[in-house]
Amino acid sequence: MRRLLLIVPFLLFLVLAGFFLRDLLSKEEGKNELTLPSPLINQPFPAFNLPSVQDAQQHVSRDDLLGKPALVNIWATWCVACRVEHPVLNKLSAQGVVIHGVNYKDDNAAAQKWLRDFHNPYQLNISDTDGRLGLDLGVYGAPETFLIDAQGIVRYKFIGVIDEKVWERELAARYQALVDEVKP
Amino acid sequence: MKRWLAGLTLGAVLLSAQAAVDTFEFSSELERERFYAISSELRCPKCQNQNIADSDAPIAHDLRNEVYRLLEDGRSDEEVVDYMVARYGDFVRYRPALNAETLVLWFGPVFFLLAGFLAVFMLVRRRQRAAKDPLDTILTSEEQQRLDQLLEEKKSQND
Repeated sequence: MRRLLLIVPFLLFLVLAGFFLRDLLSKEEGKNELTLPSPLINQPFPAFNLPSVQDAQQHVSRDDLLGKPALVNIWATWCVACRVEHPVLNKLSAQGVVIHGVNYKDDNAAAQKWLRDFHNPYQLNISDTDGRLGLDLGVYGAPETFLIDAQGIVRYKFIGVIDEKVWERELAARYQALVDEVKP
Repeated sequence: MKRWLAGLTLGAVLLSAQAAVDTFEFSSELERERFYAISSELRCPKCQNQNIADSDAPIAHDLRNEVYRLLEDGRSDEEVVDYMVARYGDFVRYRPALNAETLVLWFGPVFFLLAGFLAVFMLVRRRQRAAKDPLDTILTSEEQQRLDQLLEEKKSQND
């Protein structure tokens, strides 16, 4: 009995090592180690009223996002990774995926030029010049992408570049499920 | 000379520690202290091992602005922290909230410390008892019986 007590520290060590190992392996599966869980999941997308990127006179608000499940993509011309992501978004929008953009802390002229040069995958494009909406969304590094349902509830958030693999693994099934929710 | 150097170093350290605050104008000294206390307890989401007071990252700058704006707006310290947690999650607290998820975090160390004390206490007591009456712990009850028997025999022989 006393002998058994002696292996307790060793067992504690094994448990601890197990936790570390789990964390280590989960990161190797291509997850960004800087990814923070978002408190916005299952919360309504924050309210806003901001001009659109293409036309400063035209205002976009939360109500405009409702009706269809959509990806809301936080992007900026200063964001190097966004350039990598852009062709993938173009392709997805061509496949009929609804994508809205939030142009985060960017120069409007540069943003318009970017959309002319690289094609515009966004249905609505919100100009968040001072980053207020970004702050309400808990954005800390573009690109970030929110998946919202038809009622404007945030259902998922992906931080980092969406490529084909990420789309297949993280987003495609979730998006499809939301689309199916709308038309049963 | 030594004292001079120490004073100079201390001054430099204090100045650099408050470098991030200097761009704001506070309505009172108390406000400045509150601002500094809150922003040194909020973790920068992008640069994970720094608080927003010390970080040069653009996001830390934005969050400092926001803390300043909220304080000027008359919000309490708690409201400011809750505001950040609602957007960036529990992660931004350097001092985690006390809830079911963080119970182990808060009380785990105390638990292990007490368990350690208990173990030491029990060990010491066992040793003390052993030192006081060494035979007690060495002989099993059968051996004790045998010993008593032998002593008894010897006693009767002597009589």
